[in-house]
Amino acid sequence: MLQRKVVLFSFLLGIGTSLWAQQTPMVSIKRGTYVPLYGTTDRKPVAIAVFEMDVYPVTNAQYLAFLKKYPEYSRSKMKGIFADKSYLSHWESDFNYGKNNLDNAPVTNVSWFAAKKYCECQGKRLPTMDEWEYVAMADEKRIDARTKEAFNRYIMSWYEKPKTFANPIGQTFKNYWGVYDMHGLVWEWTADFNSIFLSGESRKDKDTDKNLFCGSGSVNATDLMNYAAFMRYAFRGSLKAKYTTRNLGFRCAKDKVALVKPIQNLR
Amino acid sequence: MMKSKIECRKIKKGIVSLLFLGVFVVAMALALQSCNQKAKAAVKDKPISDLSIYNLPSKWTNQNGQSIEMKDLKGKVLVMVMIYTSCKAACPRLVADMRNIEQRLPENIKDDVQLVLVSIAPEVDTPKRLKTFAVENKMDSNQWFFLRSTEENTREFAAVLAVNYKKIAPLEFSHSNIISVFNADGELVYQQEGLGVNSDPTIAKITEEAQKLN
Repeated sequence: MLQRKVVLFSFLLGIGTSLWAQQTPMVSIKRGTYVPLYGTTDRKPVAIAVFEMDVYPVTNAQYLAFLKKYPEYSRSKMKGIFADKSYLSHWESDFNYGKNNLDNAPVTNVSWFAAKKYCECQGKRLPTMDEWEYVAMADEKRIDARTKEAFNRYIMSWYEKPKTFANPIGQTFKNYWGVYDMHGLVWEWTADFNSIFLSGESRKDKDTDKNLFCGSGSVNATDLMNYAAFMRYAFRGSLKAKYTTRNLGFRCAKDKVALVKPIQNLR
Repeated sequence: MMKSKIECRKIKKGIVSLLFLGVFVVAMALALQSCNQKAKAAVKDKPISDLSIYNLPSKWTNQNGQSIEMKDLKGKVLVMVMIYTSCKAACPRLVADMRNIEQRLPENIKDDVQLVLVSIAPEVDTPKRLKTFAVENKMDSNQWFFLRSTEENTREFAAVLAVNYKKIAPLEFSHSNIISVFNADGELVYQQEGLGVNSDPTIAKITEEAQKLN
């Protein structure tokens, strides 16, 4: 009897998990240019090629489905070089995120290596920092809302809110591209997060240490007033690839392949 | 009849206890053997540790066009730095630091040390170009490896070394100046940060790790 119950329960759990674990929908992001907070020496706009972006960050349920396929990334099997000790530490066990974590809350406490692997296994990749920032500068109506005071206020007020990481995905605003949760839920990994040069002491007149970084003195903030973006860059600059923290999750992106339909037909 | 039954029982008991003894002996022998095997394996083919860079599956090409994986370097102390050959600012000094470290290593450990320069500009730093750079800088002996891979593998390797880099102009990169030392198991044991810093602690660490191998 007990056995039957267990079987039934795991069957239902399986269904539940697979329902939640469906692939994240993607939207197409049109090509364009933008001037990043930290960019190139000439401070020219950076070109962004057309690409696809996940509408939501990756959830606990989706990440669990990934771990079941690739158990070498489970909490007890994960190699120390790829993630620190707090990897998935808020989960109950290797293959159970427990009752305290929602199925559809963003997965956090994941390292860059783990996030990268997850996206690769979906046939996707992590977005570049420029792609991420390009999508993140849109509000509900505009591609670039960075100069709008209300938009910046919204972002800044989130930075002050505690524990938004426990919220479900898709509860913040839908931006111009149809993407949710770029602000208001969790911080997110990017493919080239380790391309930032800020020293620990950001109040110095020179914001980098020339002796530690070659060529660093030539790149400065284009918009020192853009405090919200500065916070993100500073946060990324403080990360190492194996770090995991409770408020840091990720989403995936993908190159936009021409002739998508014929390829799908072949399958 | 009775007698034979009793004897039969005795024999049965004997057989059973013999069997037990036999199983015990075999088990002991097996246990001992597996212990021996384990001990041998540990010496010969130690499993790659959790913190080892030999866990990285990426493939690289050296200045001689040979294809290698990080684990091919297993068993040597590695001194690694990330550079690009067209760099005019910090890299020449980083390269000089590397050469300086090599020259100051005690002769008896040099065979146990591999010095590795990894390109952060793989699209321009072809094996041919790396070879030219090696020859020009008198770093062309077997002790030196110049490696390149895909942009993605390079980004991942930089992540492991905690090296940050960014392309800031067509042939110019901003990058961290870090020389990393790995022990023979591929575990990071020391990092020298900055330019023109005193290399004494770095050399001491390399020597310490290399002497463990003899």
